[in-house]
Amino acid sequence: MTVVIDGRAVTAGGEKPPLPATAQALYKKRPPIHPKLVNGRFRQLKWALMAVMLAIYYGLPWVRWPRPLGAPQQAVLVDFTNGRFYFFMFDLWPDEVYYFTGLLVLAALSLFLVSAWLGRLWCGFACPQTVWTDLFLYVERVFEGDRNQRLRLAGQPWSPSKIARKFGKHTTWILIAAATGGAWIFYFHDAPTLWPSFFSGHAPIASYLFFGLLTFTTYSLAGTMREQVCIYMCPWPRIQSAMVDQHTLQVTYRYDRGEPRGAHKKGDSWAGRGDCIDCHACVNVCPTGIDIRDGSQLACINCGLCIDACDEIMEKVDRPISLISYDSDFAVASRAKGETPVYHFLRGRTVFYGAALVLVSAVMVIGFSLRTPYQLHVARDRNPLFVRLHDGSIRNGYTLKLINRGYSVETFKVSVVGVQTPRLQAPGLAPTATDVSVPVQPGEERVLRLLVSVAPQSLAKSLTPAQIVARVDGQTLITKTAFITDGVTP
Amino acid sequence: MAQREKDQHSGTETTGHEWDGIKELDTPLPRWWLIIWYATIVIAVVYWILMPAWPTLNGYTHGILHASDRMQVEKDLAALKAQRGRQGVILQQASLEEIEKDPNLQAYAMAAGQAIFGDNCAPCHGAGGGGGKGYANLRDDIWLWGGSLDQIRQTITHGVRSGDPEAHVSQMPSFGRDGLLKPNEVDDLTEYVVALSHRKADAAAVARAAPIFSQQCAACHGPQGMGNQLVGAPNLTDTDWLYGSDRQSIHDQIWFGRGGVMPAWGKRLDEASIKAVTVYVHVNSGGSGQPSGPLPTTAVASPMSSNVTP
Repeated sequence: MTVVIDGRAVTAGGEKPPLPATAQALYKKRPPIHPKLVNGRFRQLKWALMAVMLAIYYGLPWVRWPRPLGAPQQAVLVDFTNGRFYFFMFDLWPDEVYYFTGLLVLAALSLFLVSAWLGRLWCGFACPQTVWTDLFLYVERVFEGDRNQRLRLAGQPWSPSKIARKFGKHTTWILIAAATGGAWIFYFHDAPTLWPSFFSGHAPIASYLFFGLLTFTTYSLAGTMREQVCIYMCPWPRIQSAMVDQHTLQVTYRYDRGEPRGAHKKGDSWAGRGDCIDCHACVNVCPTGIDIRDGSQLACINCGLCIDACDEIMEKVDRPISLISYDSDFAVASRAKGETPVYHFLRGRTVFYGAALVLVSAVMVIGFSLRTPYQLHVARDRNPLFVRLHDGSIRNGYTLKLINRGYSVETFKVSVVGVQTPRLQAPGLAPTATDVSVPVQPGEERVLRLLVSVAPQSLAKSLTPAQIVARVDGQTLITKTAFITDGVTP
Repeated sequence: MAQREKDQHSGTETTGHEWDGIKELDTPLPRWWLIIWYATIVIAVVYWILMPAWPTLNGYTHGILHASDRMQVEKDLAALKAQRGRQGVILQQASLEEIEKDPNLQAYAMAAGQAIFGDNCAPCHGAGGGGGKGYANLRDDIWLWGGSLDQIRQTITHGVRSGDPEAHVSQMPSFGRDGLLKPNEVDDLTEYVVALSHRKADAAAVARAAPIFSQQCAACHGPQGMGNQLVGAPNLTDTDWLYGSDRQSIHDQIWFGRGGVMPAWGKRLDEASIKAVTVYVHVNSGGSGQPSGPLPTTAVASPMSSNVTP
């Protein structure tokens, strides 16, 4: 008798048959992909987008923006040393990090909405992995030629010419990678200052670290790993399948028109067959090396290059273009059944994502427009809760934080509301009978000790709710706190 | 030695041990493991040469780097001093008033002072400086030895009855224990002090004690009992009591004349630290400025007002 354990037959005697001589490899070897250059609408669009995005990435740190009082003059700067984020007319402090969180939420919702409508638009056109891979492929083409030449070169033994081509390609790649890592660090320090100090070895150690890190990742991700990043490393392709449905417009092979496929000779009739002549043009140009005719798949980044390639062929064989096109599975299926295709743009998920997008945007805009450059924080002394002064009055201590995010000196007029005739003490300052004026420098977070004494007769309870009020620049900041005593009148 | 047996499934030699038909494979150690192991041996030998490693009869091998924890501590302390840098130097040079007036210096002194206070002063005065029985409350405006910046610095630097030549030394006599006053006189004096602090007291006893007070107590506490910071004599007319406000506590204080000791911190803390903690204590007690606004209605009038019951 034979039983099967772990897929192997085991005889009743317990004697296992020997393992097969060649165990299966745990890793799938990557087939080399040599995408062919194609010309067409999507290729032109991708070149244009690439130029814009690379220009923004490399150029943005060098844009200047005037700011008063010795603040950095760089338009976009993440200043970790001083805890500021500058973005043109805005500058955010570390405690306003929720605006970043809001932006990230908006980015995610936009991605969801676009994915539901148009599939992986981000992956195909805007993702840095796609943009830099495109750039590196361009360099590869310059040194090693287009697909056919590269395939031939790959098969050739090493020769001075092959070494020269490979050397040129990798050197250029490393230079681009270094420029990419180099541009990154300028977002964190004043670019014109960092530029010379970087080369003289006086830049912060973190600059060299991130320069090295981004140089390495750019070279390896865009140069050698390419589509493997999208297929194996990136979580987004796996997540986006939850946003995409049968109505989503994606790069689609219209099998209703293309099948049955087959080679076609000039002059043959097109009757009784599909428009696909099985020329593999769409496969040859694909940067992830897939066959779009197999339908929607995880490795497809929706870059549209196969559309360009197929259109070129369709024009040559004198058939209508758009055999591969942005289309929905639902529409293709309808046509295959002989029905008129219907496109649904307003669907449950797009409405939901859109509404969420509008809601979060509204919250962000309202929050940002109500943002004040001044803040007041109050921490009540807990030890001791109160002290009794020589005249019998009860004193409570508060530590105030007065924040001036503006660019001019502001005077905060601090007063206490909720207890009867409070008397104020602020060591280092001279309070009046009603308030204390605290000058706060631009960009300063001034800590103020405020001591408040009250006659015990006026305190009915051991805890009296009180408010600390600061008036500054026409605004009133109010923080709730309490005034505490033991309730014993001597 | 017997011939080594090979396992037919894995091709690995067995150890020759067998338990109920199960044979133990003699699987060699993975190469990466061996390499790391050899590397650790090499590193250990290098470590012995460079660093202190082996005990000897009268000490230990120092290693050619002569590294030690003490050296590291000294290095860290030097680095800390360097880190304090400019503000530490300014703290040393600026006057106490200047430090308190300047918002940045005050903030720096407060932060430093809080740490120093927590390390050195909090065990007696409490983490918040609120004090306790026998330990002065540093948060109110009532001071035994004076609450100005200079007075606070003087007290911190030289202490109270600490043995320091410049320390506050005066000490209340033990009127009862040393027989300076008779027990009934101490009892009467207790009533007198209770009356001083505006509480109901036995009028007869108060009347009997009045001459004793002016003879024995007024020299330090003043004829009105308002105290004298020069000799650390507390004001007896307010509500703040170092050793307790009830009759028994007051009686015990007259009987035993308790007086605590505060160490002289000048021997232990550097000048900048003493300045920082002085400003910290001064600011938390209200600073130099008087409270703004009108006095509260409880403001104490003269002592010996109408609280004495007939």
